[in-house]
Amino acid sequence: MSTARAISQLFLWELVKGLGLTLKYMFFKKRVTINYPYEKGAISPRFRGEHALRRYPSGEERCIACKLCEAICPAQAITIEAEPREDGQRRTTRYDIDMTKCIYCGYCQEACPVDAIVQGPNFEFATETREELYYNKDKLLANGDRWETEIAQNIALDAAYR
Amino acid sequence: MSDITVKVDGVEVAVPAGSNVLQACEAAGVEVPRFCYHDRLSVAGNCRMCLVQLENERGMAPKPAASCATPVAPGLMIHTKTEAVQKARKGVMEFLLINHPLDCPICDQGGECDLQDQAMAYGMDRTRYQENKRAVTEKYMGPIVKTIMTRCIQCTRCVRFATEVAGVEEIGLVQRGEHAEISTLEKAINSELSGNLIDVCPVGALTSRPYAFHARPWELRKTPSVDVFDAVGSNIRIDTRGKEVLRVQPRLHEDVNEEWLADKARYAVDGLKRQRLDRPYVREDGKLRPASWDEALGLVLDKLKSTQADKIGAIVGDQVEAESMFALGSLMNGLGVKNLDCRQDGAKVGGGERGAYLFNTGIAGLEEADAILLVGTNPRWEAPLINARMRKRFLKGGLTVMGIGQPHDLTYEVDWLGDSPALLSAMPQEALDVLKAAKNPVVILGGDALTRNDGAEIAHAAFQLLKLADGLRDDWNGFNVLHTAASRVAGLDMGFVPGEGAQDTAAMIAGGVDLLYLLAADEVDTSALSDTFVVYQGHHGDRGAHAADVILPGAAYTEKNGTYVSTEGRVQFGRLAVFPPGDAREDWTIIRALAGQLGVDLGFDSLIELRQKMIEAVPSLAVADTLPVESLTSVGIAGLIDGQALSAAIDNYYMTDPISRASKTMAECSQVFGTSEAEKATGTHG
Repeated sequence: MSTARAISQLFLWELVKGLGLTLKYMFFKKRVTINYPYEKGAISPRFRGEHALRRYPSGEERCIACKLCEAICPAQAITIEAEPREDGQRRTTRYDIDMTKCIYCGYCQEACPVDAIVQGPNFEFATETREELYYNKDKLLANGDRWETEIAQNIALDAAYR
Repeated sequence: MSDITVKVDGVEVAVPAGSNVLQACEAAGVEVPRFCYHDRLSVAGNCRMCLVQLENERGMAPKPAASCATPVAPGLMIHTKTEAVQKARKGVMEFLLINHPLDCPICDQGGECDLQDQAMAYGMDRTRYQENKRAVTEKYMGPIVKTIMTRCIQCTRCVRFATEVAGVEEIGLVQRGEHAEISTLEKAINSELSGNLIDVCPVGALTSRPYAFHARPWELRKTPSVDVFDAVGSNIRIDTRGKEVLRVQPRLHEDVNEEWLADKARYAVDGLKRQRLDRPYVREDGKLRPASWDEALGLVLDKLKSTQADKIGAIVGDQVEAESMFALGSLMNGLGVKNLDCRQDGAKVGGGERGAYLFNTGIAGLEEADAILLVGTNPRWEAPLINARMRKRFLKGGLTVMGIGQPHDLTYEVDWLGDSPALLSAMPQEALDVLKAAKNPVVILGGDALTRNDGAEIAHAAFQLLKLADGLRDDWNGFNVLHTAASRVAGLDMGFVPGEGAQDTAAMIAGGVDLLYLLAADEVDTSALSDTFVVYQGHHGDRGAHAADVILPGAAYTEKNGTYVSTEGRVQFGRLAVFPPGDAREDWTIIRALAGQLGVDLGFDSLIELRQKMIEAVPSLAVADTLPVESLTSVGIAGLIDGQALSAAIDNYYMTDPISRASKTMAECSQVFGTSEAEKATGTHG
């Protein structure tokens, strides 16, 4: 055993070095963690979070029951039923998404010809029961109403790349 | 005609003279896009999508030609894959799309649209057209056809279908150029074939109103089956999603329905969701109350055991498949019951040779006929597709149609000789000469004639007349019975008719039996059955169920595997598309359960065993989808025909059975088109 190594071991030099690194990150480096849920990280406009059904500014629902999202959904999480509305327009009578089946691939949003079904920026929709994750049309439209500002902004930001 | 040899893209192919270039391409297996051309309609040549380049020994033609409107010539070289052709198609497609709206997502044709498919295959990937698209006002075509005329590309298939096949000149193309539009008389299309307009339309301009927005073609499960609303035996495809029948589409069968389908077969299926019997019922203190299977079957068993065999009767309905009819027949035989009848309307047919109750000429065979005598029938309502076949034959020329009975508008010229069946034995000389001069004369006997008391005598007289006209040869059988019930021929084949000295339908419903078993029989008059214990096994809460003391819920034709024999004698199979609702069961299983508890050995426990037994008993049921050739020596009974006028058997085409009576679409149709009486009253009749 060399003398240098003996001294290093005697004064716990490795430990001091490690603690020094810790102290460096504590006082001299920029903090990388955030105080979730009080703080939240930035997310991309393309973030694929909780689904929402949007409306036109007039309040008319966008979805026209073309069923393309239902057809493209690889997890078969979407169920749609449609019939003529009272004014003869094509609208859904049922629009269900089983969020426990959904794999958040975003194909539904890609397939939608009228930007009706979107995956918004919300990712905090954990529930206590599975049943709460079987979304129906009312829930999806309510999501759309709640997140419309953010969704519209995200779509506008991403429009340049489409 | 001799064949002509042409070259398609360098491959030699021989086609009959008179074919067009498009047919030659099809024969060579080369796909040519088209919108206006349709195999069964005249050539219009106005969509220009089928352009090809032609070359002969003098060189390449200077401009591309519409292949549907160009006849083939010997030595013609057809090019379909050159750059010029592809460019021409692209150009045509661009023009077609100028005024076609981009509304595929809300269009019901989406997913099965010719324009959509061909735009993907032959079109450009973007538009260069920035101007406004035109809009066209919608036209009213009745409760079946929904119009979105902005989508129309003016191929005029609907116009040609209505004029040529349906025989109602109620659609036309008006104006020219950009203002051209399809127009109607602003009233419902008065045809029993109007549903086919939707099929011939290559875009979403004409779509189905009852089916509007309900489903996409890719969601549907398709089950091939057979239609039971008339005795034609049209081949159909049942489109279902989950446990719901959403629509019925025709299936190609050249010898039966070609590619058409009658409206009732197509649109009465919404009746399958209403008025259904989905659990057993028993009558208690004059009211029906829900019961369990054990209770209902127990009650029937007690009654069957305590009633004497000659006081039990069974009648089967018009849409029952051969299997359950055979099961019921076997059960009744086991009990010694002879009061059986499959003829709810009391038609005087059956019992003799098989040929005496078949449509011997065959539907396709009608195209060879050159004189037709209709006796007491309205084929337009009793069998719209047979009527369409006769019109097709009529349009070829050289066909004389004569009729005895109430005059109807059959969409072709008919010489109505009078309404008395006595005319059969005293034909006017002219009419007799026509029949005698004809090479292939045909007599068609309908329900109006056969259900009379002198039905057998009328059939005999008609047969004698045909023999006189030499309409019964080794190579030609012109004797035809046009049934209206899909179950009739199978029933007669297996002898589901009263035994020696037993009661027929009329005697049974007059109260001649103490226990009456109605197997989906709803067309009988139940008013005299108050003292009779009525067991009704069927699928709809209709007339039979109202009179019933016990209801056993069965399956409708979409809910069971069954054999049907058409009026031609053609054996075809219906298939299970959805399961019966609630507690309802397939009919033969209910009868099998009854037999088991009665201790009657039917000799089968499964559908396959049942079919084997049935084929043993009735060998004609073993030959599938073939037009039988039956020898025929005598029909009916010689006797006096009374001079009473023939009446109309069907009063309302749209409501003839429990399913169509429960159908909302059919109710709308009968309101719009009216019964025959109402039509006469408004002066629009004929």
